[in-house]
Amino acid sequence: MSDSKENIGLENAENWTEVISPSASLFDLRLKEVWRYRDLMMLLVRREFVATYKQTILGPIWFFLQPILTTITFVLIFGKIARISTDSVPMIIFYLAGITLWNYFSDSLNRTSTIFKDNASLFGKVYFPRLVMPLSIIISNLIKLGIQFILFLAFWLYFFLVKGNVHPNIFLLLTPVLVVIMGILGLGFGMIISAMTTKYRDLIFLLTFGIQLLMYATPIIYPLSSIPLRYKWLVLANPMTSIVETFRFGFLGSGYFSWGSLLYSIIVTLIIMGIGILIFNKVERNFMDTV
Amino acid sequence: MMGDILIKVENISKLYRLGEVGTGTISHDLNRWWAKIRGKEDPFARIGEVNDRSIKGESDYVWALQDINFELRRGDVLGMIGKNGAGKSTLLKILSKITQPTTGEIKIKGRIASLLEVGTGFHPELSGRENIYLNGAILGMTKMGIKKRFDEIVDFAGVERYVDTPVKRYSSGMYVRLAFAVAAFLEPEILIIDEVLAVGDAEFQKKCLGKMKDVSDRDGRTIIFVSHSMPMIASLCRRAIILKNGRMIFDGTASAAVHHYQNAGKENTGFLNFIDDSRKPGDYLGELLQAWVEDMNGKMKSELLINEGFKVVIRYIVKDKTPLAPLPNFHFFDQFGQYIFVSSPLPDKITLGIPGEYLAECLIPANFFNVGYFSIGVALTFHHSGIHVSFYEQHGLNITITEDMDNSFARTSNHGGEIPGVVRPFLNWNTIKTK
Repeated sequence: MSDSKENIGLENAENWTEVISPSASLFDLRLKEVWRYRDLMMLLVRREFVATYKQTILGPIWFFLQPILTTITFVLIFGKIARISTDSVPMIIFYLAGITLWNYFSDSLNRTSTIFKDNASLFGKVYFPRLVMPLSIIISNLIKLGIQFILFLAFWLYFFLVKGNVHPNIFLLLTPVLVVIMGILGLGFGMIISAMTTKYRDLIFLLTFGIQLLMYATPIIYPLSSIPLRYKWLVLANPMTSIVETFRFGFLGSGYFSWGSLLYSIIVTLIIMGIGILIFNKVERNFMDTV
Repeated sequence: MMGDILIKVENISKLYRLGEVGTGTISHDLNRWWAKIRGKEDPFARIGEVNDRSIKGESDYVWALQDINFELRRGDVLGMIGKNGAGKSTLLKILSKITQPTTGEIKIKGRIASLLEVGTGFHPELSGRENIYLNGAILGMTKMGIKKRFDEIVDFAGVERYVDTPVKRYSSGMYVRLAFAVAAFLEPEILIIDEVLAVGDAEFQKKCLGKMKDVSDRDGRTIIFVSHSMPMIASLCRRAIILKNGRMIFDGTASAAVHHYQNAGKENTGFLNFIDDSRKPGDYLGELLQAWVEDMNGKMKSELLINEGFKVVIRYIVKDKTPLAPLPNFHFFDQFGQYIFVSSPLPDKITLGIPGEYLAECLIPANFFNVGYFSIGVALTFHHSGIHVSFYEQHGLNITITEDMDNSFARTSNHGGEIPGVVRPFLNWNTIKTK
């Protein structure tokens, strides 16, 4: 029909602000839309903090208590009983450095990986760019890291100025880079897992175990130098390894640092992030049908 | 008034997988993936069936929606009607981008906000104030936008005193008021509302309805409204669609849609006939033979004019000699299923329980009912100390009353639109000049 041709011409002339269709680019993050929802992101961050510590007596003090208690446990079990080497660094600051970083990564990963499951009722009722949710989690964890980092700095200054047994160097300036890499890595892994748990719940059971296993595969409770040469590549294959080691090297003066392995971590992180975006985008559209 | 098209829904379909996600899932996923790589169509899409929840299907896949098409212009208020499982929620979810269609396209001009539930994202620990901001942001408002309207929102909800109290201490009514208030001050071009008005007290519901009418009339906002309440659909919407088993079976004015929906599946609207049936409605005391509506000339009819009288007629059998008084009665309902009245003859005018065949007529005078759709329930009851019901065909007869615009000049000359009400009697008026 000649009519239909004209119609198509007309339709193109009209500027639709949005077209809902079954297929859209999987790599499109729609960051513009995320930016429009930035207020929501900040409110979610706020909700996270307010809601977590309402009706607790100690409130935000828990931010400090958590790493301190873990450090004490590690000192007792891995330091005193198992006598694992800390490369002649004071145990407290050695473990605290590892725990501060690891908590940030594992919290980011843990919380992002249950996003779809935790927010099923919310996602099922209203649309907003789903990416807002993991981003708000990363931001609130970043704030938490900031607070815990102050704790770390306090201990570190004590050992540096009073005891004089830590030896910082210029590489501590890399810390912001390390934090960014960890954030992206946690986000990427979290998005992959969260997307897959919507369909296969089995992963949830594996997750707790997996995170624990990953911690032991990262030099948190031991220095990389204590690993036998034969297995070193295995630990180094873990992108978190060079991050933790670089951090310790910069602040404490003991540890392993090479640009190569840091670059490796960055590349792996970017790949994981890419896969994460891909899967997240795919699942985001239809997860309500399977969750 | 013709606004520009804001939504264009084209061939929207949605395929759902039924049943548990279990060990079969991975193999299906792999199969589908393999087909996709080879450029073939989804092997499971082909076996989709029409979605009728009452019939057990052969396939694990059903079409929750099939080939939905419609357009909405600026200021349109569209009602959506359908039984549970007809696909209303799925369509709303696709429209509000919560889930994707399997095929088809929806083109949108402007911003869409959907209210599939009030208080989405409310956190019990947070105060009313904090929740207003959070909920507003979830619905797509900016912080500035909420700030500007904050006082209005609190005022509309009427929770000024509790605005800094955590919402977990709110009564459920207060909670709903606050939640709706946030939504009421959204300013999208297109608003999607799902039955949220079913909550809250009557006064608040009225307030909400008023607000919605305001929004569409004054601001020219486009609204899609889903409800099971036919009076609400009829009073709020100009146009309505009916979904059935995932298909759109009706698209027209709201009142026509309501009528269609109410009377779906009912045939022989003006006539009931059980004479040849071996099992007639009834019991050991009485049975229904026939019932119908006829005009004053004795012609069977289901469409009548407002200015003509008509008769409702029933033929029934009294089977046994009883000391009870058999009373035929007619029950009148409007298009929304609301009871209008019931009528029966006076007991002294009928023969006490003597077996035989009876015929009873009830005369409805001209100019009694308003124009519209009515249904008539047909029953036979026996009265003694209590009531015994032999049969009751609740919406057995259905009639339409219309108005001949040429011949009823006197009644509508000074009236632009429809005259409200279920009845429209001619009453005696006396008007004199007093000053």
